[in-house]
Amino acid sequence: MVAIAEPIAKPASRFRFLFDRREVLGSFLMAPAILYVLLLVGLPFLLAVYYSVSAYTLYNPTWRFVGLENFEQIVQNPVFLRTLGNTFLFTFASNFLGLVMGKFGAFLLLQPFPGRKIVRALVILPWAVPIALATIAWEWIFDSLYSVINWTLIAAGIVTRPDAPNWLGSPSLAMLCIIIINAWRFFPFAIVIFLAGITAVPQDVIDAATVDGAGFWRKNYQIIVPMILPIVAIGLIFGIVFTFTDLSIVFLLTNGGPAGATSVLGFEGFQVGIASGDVSHGAAISLFMLPVLLIVVIGMLRFIRQREI
Amino acid sequence: MQRIIALTARRTSFYFAIAFFVFVCAFPFYWMLITSFKANSDLYNVTNIPFWFTEAPTLEHFRYLFEQTLFGRWLLNSFTIGVCVVAITVVTAVPAGYSLARMTGRSGEALGIGIFLTYLVPPSLLFLPLSRIVADLGLQNSMWSLVLVYPTFTIPFCTWLSMGFFKAMPPEIEEAAIVDGCSLFGAFIRMTIPLSLPAILTVVIFTFTLTLQEFVYALTFVSSSSQKPVTLGVATDLIRGDVFYWGELMAGALIASIPVAIAYNIFLDRFISGITGGAVK
Repeated sequence: MVAIAEPIAKPASRFRFLFDRREVLGSFLMAPAILYVLLLVGLPFLLAVYYSVSAYTLYNPTWRFVGLENFEQIVQNPVFLRTLGNTFLFTFASNFLGLVMGKFGAFLLLQPFPGRKIVRALVILPWAVPIALATIAWEWIFDSLYSVINWTLIAAGIVTRPDAPNWLGSPSLAMLCIIIINAWRFFPFAIVIFLAGITAVPQDVIDAATVDGAGFWRKNYQIIVPMILPIVAIGLIFGIVFTFTDLSIVFLLTNGGPAGATSVLGFEGFQVGIASGDVSHGAAISLFMLPVLLIVVIGMLRFIRQREI
Repeated sequence: MQRIIALTARRTSFYFAIAFFVFVCAFPFYWMLITSFKANSDLYNVTNIPFWFTEAPTLEHFRYLFEQTLFGRWLLNSFTIGVCVVAITVVTAVPAGYSLARMTGRSGEALGIGIFLTYLVPPSLLFLPLSRIVADLGLQNSMWSLVLVYPTFTIPFCTWLSMGFFKAMPPEIEEAAIVDGCSLFGAFIRMTIPLSLPAILTVVIFTFTLTLQEFVYALTFVSSSSQKPVTLGVATDLIRGDVFYWGELMAGALIASIPVAIAYNIFLDRFISGITGGAVK
């Protein structure tokens, strides 16, 4: 009926007519992106979930369903529990350190001084440069024999060469190293996030507080910090999610060692799932990230929303 | 007098703090630079002062890198991958970002958050199933697998980024074009796209840098040397067993880092307004 009621139109113009409807054009513009993501993120994600409840390995690709057996085996493995603990320590220590340094750095970069642009450019480097390449540079800095840190310590007479620390060879020092590197990589991002937040605070709010007699600390912690919290929360989501799931620093720097002391979830999932070919257990290990990530992301998003209202 | 002393003390401690930050951030890169120009006999002598050249600087490591390794090939691979991923990302993410920005009501907001969450799905969760998909498509051990897979994070990221830009662009511009006789689609092509060229440029730059920074997928899917992108090639191929070619490693890392560092510094402000603007509005 509709076709009869309409004036006779060439197919091309009917096509155009469709595009002039906002919702049709909207879905047409959005479809490729959504399809891509559904096919190559959504589908693999479901596949990962299925792997984790199957007996699939690279050498015996079977789809046999085994329920939660893989998860039970993993949880009973002390190596895995240690990995889980390492991951939490690595994530929270490096993000906390990064955030504190970021706040301090932003505070410094907020003041005008000659050469500020160059300083900012240099400070951004750790975050911009590919982390795999920066990690290689750190590996050289922490080298067991030619470490520049040790050279300085020896030259300053603090330690002698025989007792110079073996940075990547001792469990607690190796953990410290990966935390430092990740904090080093994250804090320029934190600085930038803080700066974006602080410059967005309207000047009249700060002026009003000054008139009302607020001092430096009061202005900082009762006015500026609460106002920039939503932006900081976004930054923290990125920081926590990417640290919690990271494997490149550990893979390149310590290879999980010494003796599993720096093994983290992403690395363990790679070792089991790809290097050893035990896909089902690897997938189960990786899926342990999911609940933590969901809690962090949902918590922060809710927090941001509440602030807005 | 006392005030002058207090002021000087404050100034000094301020510049001291700045110097500390710059040192912490830049030292590893200084270290790359100086290592890559040092002769091996200078590098591996613990009695030399490591912070400067004891022997004359040399281009030996760079020569080795370009003549004896596949470094040139890796650079070319990275460039090819980057260009293809940029093309895929721009044609999919920019329209999607526009569409999301103009969508009103709850469904638009929910889709926007959905896209944001997709960006947060980590490679370390997806590499196992994706390696199977890559193998099924016959792309294992080929850099084209990375062209296929990298858009899984660049599309969500750039959709989010461009959504922020389009939200800041007043819809009245398109409405004016429609009143003047443009179709809705025509208004998007003829008005919105030309006006959003700076946003598209930002998308191009950050897609490219994201592909250069990626490591996990490349490590998982590509193992033959001639197919590696530069980040993976430098990090894995210049180490033979236990022997680290430190001079070459640092030279390679330096060359691959420079373009990304420059791009970030130029486009930083747009990047920040993009990632925060979509969420905090």
